[in-house]
Amino acid sequence: MAVPTIMGTETEFGISVKNAGEQDPIAASSLVVNAYKSRNIPTISWDYAQESPLMDARGFIAEGEKQQVQDANSSVINDILVNGGRYYVDHAHPEYCTPECTNARDLVKYEKAGELILDLSRLAAEELLLANQEIIIYKNNTDYKGHSYGAHENYLMSRKLPFTEIVDGLTPFLVTRQIITGSGKVGAENGAKGTNYQISQRADFFEKEVGLSTMVDRPIINTRDEPHADSRLYRRLHVIVGDSNMAEYSIYLKVGITAIVLQLIEKGVIGKKFALQEPVAAIKAVSRDLSCQGEIVLKDGRSWTAIEIQKGYLELAHQHLTAEERDPVVEDVLAKWEFVLNGLQSDPKSLGQYLDWVIKKKLIDAYIARHGFKWTDPDIRMLDLQYHDLRPDRGLYARLLKNGHVKRLLSREEIMHAIQHPPLDTRAYFRGTCIRKFPDSIHSVSWNTIVFNGPTGYDKIMMDRPHFGTQAIVGELLSTCNVVELVNKIQTDCDTS
Amino acid sequence: MPREKQQEYKDHSTYHNEEIQPNPELNDNVDDLTDDLDALLDEIEEILEEDSEEFVENFIQRGGQ
Repeated sequence: MAVPTIMGTETEFGISVKNAGEQDPIAASSLVVNAYKSRNIPTISWDYAQESPLMDARGFIAEGEKQQVQDANSSVINDILVNGGRYYVDHAHPEYCTPECTNARDLVKYEKAGELILDLSRLAAEELLLANQEIIIYKNNTDYKGHSYGAHENYLMSRKLPFTEIVDGLTPFLVTRQIITGSGKVGAENGAKGTNYQISQRADFFEKEVGLSTMVDRPIINTRDEPHADSRLYRRLHVIVGDSNMAEYSIYLKVGITAIVLQLIEKGVIGKKFALQEPVAAIKAVSRDLSCQGEIVLKDGRSWTAIEIQKGYLELAHQHLTAEERDPVVEDVLAKWEFVLNGLQSDPKSLGQYLDWVIKKKLIDAYIARHGFKWTDPDIRMLDLQYHDLRPDRGLYARLLKNGHVKRLLSREEIMHAIQHPPLDTRAYFRGTCIRKFPDSIHSVSWNTIVFNGPTGYDKIMMDRPHFGTQAIVGELLSTCNVVELVNKIQTDCDTS
Repeated sequence: MPREKQQEYKDHSTYHNEEIQPNPELNDNVDDLTDDLDALLDEIEEILEEDSEEFVENFIQRGGQ
């Protein structure tokens, strides 16, 4: 049986304090995350014993990249959220991780809830600043000066699948999916070829095909092998090549179509069908081709456009997904995937209410037409940056949405609900509900553990199967038991099963 | 008009979420969409950060993942 779809995203945000003199992004990030924490619940630590970011999917433990997990005493800048997600300071950025979700629609909801959490934090943190100081948080991926920060996606996959099959099947997909998932960027950086405007924020930063690093010399396929689940059964594919998206359509399709392609890879139906001659050069070329009509050379000598390659994946999905796998969200993702590919084929401008890179370009084009600016003018760079500003009154995406220039998929009520409530159908339900009900009885949490302060010591509950711990499985236990009964019951069930 | 699946959205959401129903008026709000950017551009003139040159120059982040 196929591995159930489990996905989540991690977003690092840009941060700046106006009128602060010299910027201290670590202090600003801590201020913001702590401001949210203080409104919330008692300190619960992150259980770093579960983390192993240097484990490589190709089967070895890497040396080299200095990115060891932080000390356990960094609980002050960690917040485990009642929606099952995580909010903390990573390097010099506030980072929000969604809870585990089973489908693209839920994922959009929880990622958007994260934006509201960041904005609530900003408001609380500003109360601690001087009256003339303002915090600005950006959901983007670059400072336009060569410093990038990520928007990572995570997908649960079967351990049985050889990693090379993921590399073969996924690389051409990731190189070309930016025509749907790009957030748009004015200019180029990191030594890449100059351009007025490009589709992706991140493409300039990818320098190799496969590798473990995430901070320098970034690879299109990242090999971090840290499943946060039973490692005998699962791997977690860590996709680092995507942009942070504002548009709900872009987020929805990004994770929706990627999850579908991973299913196709698990079925063994992709192989090297779309293998590219030069993926690293192609990812930058596709990002600069605003017509989406440029051809990419495949290893077998054929030349296809990015749209044609995406359509090739879509066609395989139609051929190979079973009726059972085509649940309502998957069916909808397939329809919207086809819709945007047809739109890109006929005229990318037709998607000016759907996809970030097109929405942003349409806005900048209109601004240039009104004022006669050049693409290199500071106001144009400002428009690009401010598109990602999370403040509802100042952010340009927020204003476009409010004024009816952008398509929604979800209501604001649903998104606000997701701030306080976990998904019902993954282990995030157990995690989030325990944090809400028993905050004083929890010592620490990680993606796959909860450690309770029991009457006789610590009790660690393992959650190694992300699709367990759902409302259907543990809902009754959680609503009827106190914490001691809950831990006893789970331990007894585990001992007898 | 894309091949929308509004009804399925609603059904699915009901299935996943026992407390909140999506507001159908906010879902796929085709009727409310507008292509007229003029009024919005006026608003943007008001809210775009002043001293954009200095602002974008000073926006420096540390690299992340």
